[in-house]
Amino acid sequence: MTSIELPAEHIQRIERDGDVVAARQTGRRIAAEMGFGRPEQALIATAISELARNIVSYAERGSITFRAEDHAGRRGLRIVAEDRGPGIPDLAQAMSDGFSTGNSLGLGLPGTQRIMDEFDIRSIPGEGVTVTVAKWISR
Amino acid sequence: MAVRVPILRQGRTLIASFQDDLSDSDILSLQGRVLEDVIRHRATGVIFDVSALDVLDSFGTRTLSDIAAAVQLRGARMAIVGIQPEVAFSMVLLGLTLSDVPTALDLETGLALLARAVP
Ligand SMILES: Nc1ncnc2c1ncn2[C@@H]1O[C@H](COP(=O)(O)OP(=O)(O)OP(=O)(O)O)[C@@H](O)[C@H]1O
Ligand SMILES: [Mg+2]
Repeated sequence: MTSIELPAEHIQRIERDGDVVAARQTGRRIAAEMGFGRPEQALIATAISELARNIVSYAERGSITFRAEDHAGRRGLRIVAEDRGPGIPDLAQAMSDGFSTGNSLGLGLPGTQRIMDEFDIRSIPGEGVTVTVAKWISR
Repeated sequence: MAVRVPILRQGRTLIASFQDDLSDSDILSLQGRVLEDVIRHRATGVIFDVSALDVLDSFGTRTLSDIAAAVQLRGARMAIVGIQPEVAFSMVLLGLTLSDVPTALDLETGLALLARAVP
């Protein structure tokens, strides 16, 4: 197997509207460099946009970390969206289609779960939210 | 700040062409400008050409629906044209349908669509 240089871990601070755009552009660029196809790049960029926007809307600030991974030759992009905002008291409720405390569509979290291969959400009320998602290159 | 979305006029139709990745505030500022232009030019139709956009997330979609509803209230019609195939695919998986806004493949079809709708 040829060894491919994976991009180093990259952390993007999220605290303003413009950071949402920057984060999804960074994610798309890394995904393209890793060899994801255009449809998958779009899915990854969309997921990042949803997670970053939730940080700005509900937690004010946080970060998104991008990590290229290689498991036995299978390559994937892991994305961790973290904040130390108010947290989510009822995760099941937040994960259901249409639930929103922000008078929005309530599709960001459940939709992100649908478009990524792996999805994990944790929250301790009062201490913030961590959402970890991953997408693997299909072969 | 430079205008990120120029609004052109063709007869009584306005055409807003999205240039590239827009921030939320860019989209929100567009909302006001489109409505002002609809009133100023007595426009009967508005077309949003989103073929240059490579992401349309829940915020963007909701804002486009809101603009369409406001345009409708001003007696004009709005259509969205040029949604990229991979963008459409992501939107469907996310659960975004845009079912209340007419869409067309490209600008030409969109213009024809609006022309048909005008009494
Ligand atoms: N980082 C976060 N911190 C605190 N609460 C959050 C966070 N992310 C999501 N939530 C809560 O979970 C709910 C559901 O989030 P989700 O992204 O699915 O929908 P939304 O943001 O309300 O609407 P949409 O994403 O469709 O515009 C939010 O309304 C909010 O109450
Ligand atoms: Mg959201």
